[in-house]
Amino acid sequence: MEGKVLVGGNEAIGWGALAAGCLHYFGYPITPQNEVVEFFARELPPRGGCFVQSEAESSSIALLYGGASTGVRAMTSTASPGWSLMQEGISCMANAELPCVIVDVQRGGPGQGTVTHSQMDYLSATRGGGHGGYKSIVLAPSSVQECHDLVQLAFYLADRYRNPVIVLSDGVLGRTMESLDRRTLEFGPLPPKDWAVRGSAQNGGARSVVVCAQGTADFPPYGVVLERLGNKWQAMAEEARFEAYRADDAELLLVAFGYVARSCKEAVNMARAEGLKVGLLRPVTLWPFPCGEVGARARGGARFLVVEDNLGQMVDDVRLGAEGQAPVHFLGALARHVNTSLGMLMPDRVLEEVKRLL
Amino acid sequence: MSEARVRVYGRPQGLLPDILGLCPGCGHGLFDKLIYEVLEELGIMEKSIGVWGIGCGNGLVRLSQLDVVQAAHGTAAAVASAVKRSLFGAPIVFTRQGDGDCAAIGLGYLLNAVARNEKITVFMINNANYGTTGGQLAPTTIVGQVTTTTPQGREPSVHGHPLHLPELLAGMVGVAYCARGALNSPANFQRTRRYMKTALQKQLYDIGFGFVEILAPCPPDWHLQPLDSLTWMEEKMIPEFPLGEFKNVEHIER
Repeated sequence: MEGKVLVGGNEAIGWGALAAGCLHYFGYPITPQNEVVEFFARELPPRGGCFVQSEAESSSIALLYGGASTGVRAMTSTASPGWSLMQEGISCMANAELPCVIVDVQRGGPGQGTVTHSQMDYLSATRGGGHGGYKSIVLAPSSVQECHDLVQLAFYLADRYRNPVIVLSDGVLGRTMESLDRRTLEFGPLPPKDWAVRGSAQNGGARSVVVCAQGTADFPPYGVVLERLGNKWQAMAEEARFEAYRADDAELLLVAFGYVARSCKEAVNMARAEGLKVGLLRPVTLWPFPCGEVGARARGGARFLVVEDNLGQMVDDVRLGAEGQAPVHFLGALARHVNTSLGMLMPDRVLEEVKRLL
Repeated sequence: MSEARVRVYGRPQGLLPDILGLCPGCGHGLFDKLIYEVLEELGIMEKSIGVWGIGCGNGLVRLSQLDVVQAAHGTAAAVASAVKRSLFGAPIVFTRQGDGDCAAIGLGYLLNAVARNEKITVFMINNANYGTTGGQLAPTTIVGQVTTTTPQGREPSVHGHPLHLPELLAGMVGVAYCARGALNSPANFQRTRRYMKTALQKQLYDIGFGFVEILAPCPPDWHLQPLDSLTWMEEKMIPEFPLGEFKNVEHIER
């Protein structure tokens, strides 16, 4: 599984999962992530793995819940309408503290929307899209290589915190073909999964219980569960990651993630060639959001232009991070190069906005 | 002391001694007792994993000596499928569900698990209403039955007819066994035990999917005394939901 291949971001997710030792996949076809489902259908059976095509995304997440309960590394993938269907299940997995990886290759919404691309699930991913106010770490790849690498990081973080981890990709990234260097990343030791349900004979006759409801039994007591989850989510908030590109002397910082960060990086290069002091701040974790970095740059005098392929979602987090100390501007989906579902946020349009602001 | 003692009755292994926390006359305690008795009889307690659905029984997780996974509402058949497959078929995996959980919100998960030829066992208690939420219409509410959401009684032209799951499942290829029992008399209790054991054996011997529906009383939501509830089951429920085995095969062509 080592070595270079030319693949799309969707397939890179599959190779990353295999490198992480994931042999259990449950999913349902939906555009634009079908290549992920097809990858596992092709690659898992010869490796003795477990692939199940579900009847709906609500079932994918229920199957994932069952798989994760047994302590194996397991994942699912979907696109936006399917992401919506998974929310109750993700909330239950957060309560039950089940580690798993969920990939959302975003398409346009709301509703059935488009089958192409968008960044419109930012808020539902970063705010705990289901009920109950849970937190999940959200990783946002911006290249085919990063799709592969961040899926491995996602499995590590999921096991470390016993919590679902979201990989938020998009339709452009999923289908962009790039050179992928397949490699196994090491992240350090993890605690044993002594909580897993495998039949009590596997645990000397002592039972294991995976519970997602405290309800009538109050088992374990609700207050105990809330305190444990709250403490854990606070610890997870230390995992913020970002990339700063030509940012140090920048008067204007672009803030972008996913495929849009690629356009913005190009726009930074074009602006720099014209002598404009522009840089890019690219959050790699969307939750926890690198608010501290935004705040420090704001206090250092930088202004911000948030570019995202939606009508304004991450811009709220940048404003929170800037704490009113710097202007935060926004360029969104209405600036796509054409007004159909194929429209994208392009470097020249970003540069135009940069020039208007500087 | 030299006399060999044979236990003829008592608390089964695997059921921890604690308060059930159920309503007077509820069928869930007997249902639980049957599950553990059958697992003990088959000697599969320590290799079994129970998947508990949402409903009146879900609080009984705490009484289980078994490994248990509690599933989101309706999803038990899918969760059980994945538990079984993720451990590559090694454990015996069964669900413990109510009729609201299994036949309403969970019907899609159930039928699709059968359609995938999952080798799991589903036990569904049928008390003709939604017990946990206070006695609303269930797919299994019988015609004319008054519930809090059918205050004039279930009217087929508006609310449809009761759902008969064993009869429905008997027509599906992946089902090795399906039956309906009842907990209204000692004789029916013993028959139901046999149904549940046979259903588990279909998984144990790698034959196929097993399903048992178990009619049970819900006196508070039926607004009946516990003993009157047993009469109501005999006179109203069993005529609507006939008892017996609907499919029992030793082999499924795959």
